[in-house]
Amino acid sequence: MAALVIAEHNNQSLKAATLNAVAAALQCSPEVDVLIAGNGSDAAAAAAAQIVGVRKVIQIDDSALADQLAEPLTAQILSLASGYSHILAPATAGGKNVLPRVAAKLDVAQLSDITKVVSPDTFERPIYAGNAIATVQSSDPVKIITVRTTGFDPVAATGGSAAIEKAAVAQSAGKSSFVGRELTKSDRPELTAAKIIVSGGRGLGSGEKYQELVVPLADKLGAALGASRAAVDAGYVPNDYQVGQTGKIVAPQLYVAVGISGAIQHLAGMKDSKVIVAINKDPEAPIFGVADYGLVADLFTAVPELTNALS
Amino acid sequence: MKILVAVKRVVDYNVKVRVKSDNSGVDIANVKMSMNPFDEIAVEEAVRLKEAGVATEVVVVSAGVTQCQETLRTAMAIGADRAILVETDAELQPLAVAKILKALSEKEQAQIIILGKQAIDDDSNQTGQMLASLLDVPQATFASKVVIADGKATVTREVDSGLETIALTLPAVITTDLRLNEPRYVTLPNIMKAKKKAIDIVKPEELGVDIAPRLKTLKVEEPPKRSAGVMVADVAALVEKLKNEAKVI
Repeated sequence: MAALVIAEHNNQSLKAATLNAVAAALQCSPEVDVLIAGNGSDAAAAAAAQIVGVRKVIQIDDSALADQLAEPLTAQILSLASGYSHILAPATAGGKNVLPRVAAKLDVAQLSDITKVVSPDTFERPIYAGNAIATVQSSDPVKIITVRTTGFDPVAATGGSAAIEKAAVAQSAGKSSFVGRELTKSDRPELTAAKIIVSGGRGLGSGEKYQELVVPLADKLGAALGASRAAVDAGYVPNDYQVGQTGKIVAPQLYVAVGISGAIQHLAGMKDSKVIVAINKDPEAPIFGVADYGLVADLFTAVPELTNALS
Repeated sequence: MKILVAVKRVVDYNVKVRVKSDNSGVDIANVKMSMNPFDEIAVEEAVRLKEAGVATEVVVVSAGVTQCQETLRTAMAIGADRAILVETDAELQPLAVAKILKALSEKEQAQIIILGKQAIDDDSNQTGQMLASLLDVPQATFASKVVIADGKATVTREVDSGLETIALTLPAVITTDLRLNEPRYVTLPNIMKAKKKAIDIVKPEELGVDIAPRLKTLKVEEPPKRSAGVMVADVAALVEKLKNEAKVI
């Protein structure tokens, strides 16, 4: 049977993580449909129709879906669920929020954060902050899956030409309502899709030093900005910068860790990066255990020096 | 208003677990166990709501082995009023726990149910959402701020692009993120007081829920090891390596 991918989008455009979820779906079934549930979402649906490998796009447009609240979104997915053997979403804040709600209604388990499709009913997923990899098999009639984007190379965003089919909106109780959002404004690449990431930790000592040292280096490299939990907890940067077990999971070509000691939960979020650079004054810091290139140095002099050297 | 909080006993966050040599799981014999850190934040939030006069009672629940009583005692030392242990040696998966919590939420008539957003052992991030779904109530996951007023919960959530605020009619389920609060240190007098508080022990069968696992773990393996790299002497050497060896800049 076919697989359904719940697209992550903002009505205008698709989030890149959708492409990784489609890649995982294609390993579960040759027939992959994409759901665009939104409000004024024609542009997002048109983008989804171009994804290579997609059979059809199902578009459900309604004002109740404008803000991707879990309950109305769940109702739409449930209205389509009977036609599918697999329902997948990227393991983003959005996918994690909605899919367990769908699974419970269908009385099936969810497979969270899969990193590999072994067969259509068997998957690999990291547990214990990635310190172990479990191979799990589901006996449920429908597999509800969130996809760790770093585990699957994205399919091509353009080149396909799937049909867009509009479906009727399913009603939901409407016991929650959207109040507002504060988005972190940035011209930089999105953290989970960036080729290069520069992350700062508590070694920086303050939010000012983060701005003064990490930001110019990231500018020079065209990099996204990340941070350790300690730096976020200390208020140096907003929450959405956090890389780690419970923050964002990233795997860029180059990850530069500045003043990050390398707690287990941070390593869980970045150890699949292709090349890791660590700059830390403590030679015993665990970050050096995963770094390809380690520099034991005072970051307050080494980071500006590095930024200059890249000019 | 009654608040129900769910807590899980997990391997302490400082322990680096080892995979068993027969690949059947991770070795948790003789390792330190603690309350899941996100659940500690959940207990703290509930207790603060009680201290603020919003809630009248905080009931804490755990499901699992007998030793979960220690976890419940910790929750009561933070300030929960009483505890329920759903005792079983069986493997509990998120859907089963959600069913257990649904039965208890209904029995207790809880208006707010607070859980950690994910447990740091299986990293599933499912139980709160599943519970909200089974109860047919709204949910606010990954909470960084909770305000309860006029029969509504207004919750700020940590999402991928920043923060989002939603309003829920009660009853509702809330799951905690790291920055919701900083749990208090448990003091000795409060530990002593917690020993006198009641723990009700029930069996899953008494709640009439099916806890059979749906997922079968075929094997558990070590992740591929990342070989340690090289130390470079200075910034110039680092730039040279990145340009000519790694070719990433």
